[in-house]
Amino acid sequence: MLALNIQDLTKVYANGHEALKGISLSIKPGEFFGLLGPNGAGKTTTIGILVSLVRKTSGMVDIFGHNIDKDLAAAKACIGLVPQEFNFNSFEKAIDILINEAGYYGIPRAIAKERGEYYLEKLGLYAKRFSTARQLSGGMKRRLMIARALVHEPKLLVLDEPTAGVDVELRRLIWSFLEELNANGRTIILTTHYLEEAEKLCSRLAFIQHGKIIQEGKTSELLAGLNEEAFVLDVAASSKAELHCPAYQIRWLNDEQLEVTVSRGTHLNKLFEYLTTQDIAVYSMRNRVNRLEELFVRLTQTEDSK
Amino acid sequence: MSNFIPFLTLTRKELVRIFRIWSQTLIPPAINVAIYFIIFSHLFSQNTFNYQGFHYLQFLTPGLILMPVITGAYNNAAGSFFTLKFQNAIEELLVSPISEHSMIWGFVVGSVIRGLLTGLLVLIISMLFVRLPLQHPFEALFIIMDTAIIFALCGLINAIYAKKFDDIGIVPNFILTPLTYLGGVFFAITSLPSEWQWLAKCNPIYYLISAFRYSVLDISGAPINVAILFAIVLTILLYAYTFYLLKTGKNLRQ
Repeated sequence: MLALNIQDLTKVYANGHEALKGISLSIKPGEFFGLLGPNGAGKTTTIGILVSLVRKTSGMVDIFGHNIDKDLAAAKACIGLVPQEFNFNSFEKAIDILINEAGYYGIPRAIAKERGEYYLEKLGLYAKRFSTARQLSGGMKRRLMIARALVHEPKLLVLDEPTAGVDVELRRLIWSFLEELNANGRTIILTTHYLEEAEKLCSRLAFIQHGKIIQEGKTSELLAGLNEEAFVLDVAASSKAELHCPAYQIRWLNDEQLEVTVSRGTHLNKLFEYLTTQDIAVYSMRNRVNRLEELFVRLTQTEDSK
Repeated sequence: MSNFIPFLTLTRKELVRIFRIWSQTLIPPAINVAIYFIIFSHLFSQNTFNYQGFHYLQFLTPGLILMPVITGAYNNAAGSFFTLKFQNAIEELLVSPISEHSMIWGFVVGSVIRGLLTGLLVLIISMLFVRLPLQHPFEALFIIMDTAIIFALCGLINAIYAKKFDDIGIVPNFILTPLTYLGGVFFAITSLPSEWQWLAKCNPIYYLISAFRYSVLDISGAPINVAILFAIVLTILLYAYTFYLLKTGKNLRQ
């Protein structure tokens, strides 16, 4: 049985906007799946349909074997959602938000309280359990939304931009928490704009654009498909002369930076030898962009040019 | 999954909210009615108004009890639901497997309890000024509860359609309050000219006030059986429509 099975899913909004144009996806239990795409690509619409906040136009969705048309309540019970925007009652206390959420899923109050405290503890919010939601910082609210999504122990956790706007330290805390959940068998679907996040966490990815899946596969295989890499070099040079070196595409970004593009597997020794002969000193070097970002840009640009 | 725990959770949450803001939910109607009693008891102290053997203050009291029940139940359901909608917190309910029935009853029971509590406060205040015989207690209980259910459902429907806070203020201010005042709280419909009587009888609140007055004072107004039947049919229709709105996700799901 698949954790999520989507077939030919379409969504046309009342204003005529075709947000999804027949997407199909299969996610196995235990996978950490990334759904990537530019703004307005259809990610949030897809998630909205899974949790019934958006009504599909056509297509089929099964969640752990429960069809959303025939057995919506059972399908909903399998999902925990961490939405993009804060959506709790800001006058409620953190612990009450979790206990009430569990109650909506039929969990008795005593168990809900125990679980609520456990997840608040896990996410570093135990000391704030009696604070109202509006008294929490942005990062705390994010963690509270994750705790809320988990309090009924869903088999499938859906996260829509869970680390948007949080600082680096907290982002890493959330990452390690999600990795631990996934290692314990929880299926996770993640949409994110931080491609570093998707590369680090997701075992499989799908790229969505203009309501269509344009690429899907294992993260490692997709990245292996990239046959070029680009680097930015911080340099000091007496002049900004034209540079030509076989196997390397070199161009000046400004007076102190060079961009070098090479085929994957090509070593860089000759590049440094050449730059030395040109009286150019290299002080530091970094990848121009993260590898997944490179893939993302290429895929979306290719799709746009069609 | 049992529907009882989700229903209980929502009801409990509603009650916590009502008591957290008790100074807004319970006290104002009681103060309002106390002022009515002070004014009317002073104005009519020497008055010979007599309707089927009752003094004006006695005639007035059932309507004054029902009035805050109507507005309390309505405002509670509309305010609570729309606040959740406004904060997007309604999504907590929409994404959960809670059934539409549990959702409706969760909001309705909370609103009925608020309505009944304000009605009870008004009753206590009224007893300082007037003696009420309570002739038909079961009918009185049924009418007061069903009235609260009817207006809680109306409040829910209003909140589902509302897009801004103004939208949940328009109905109580411009429709509910005039209908309540014209529904015979302060006067007997029979005292109106016949052409106005016909119009007054089109007002649904007239039947509820009339039935409640009958059950308290045994004063005849609208026939009690007609009023009860009307209340039951109205409740069923409103419940079915609320269920339909939640099931189809009108104004709640995209």
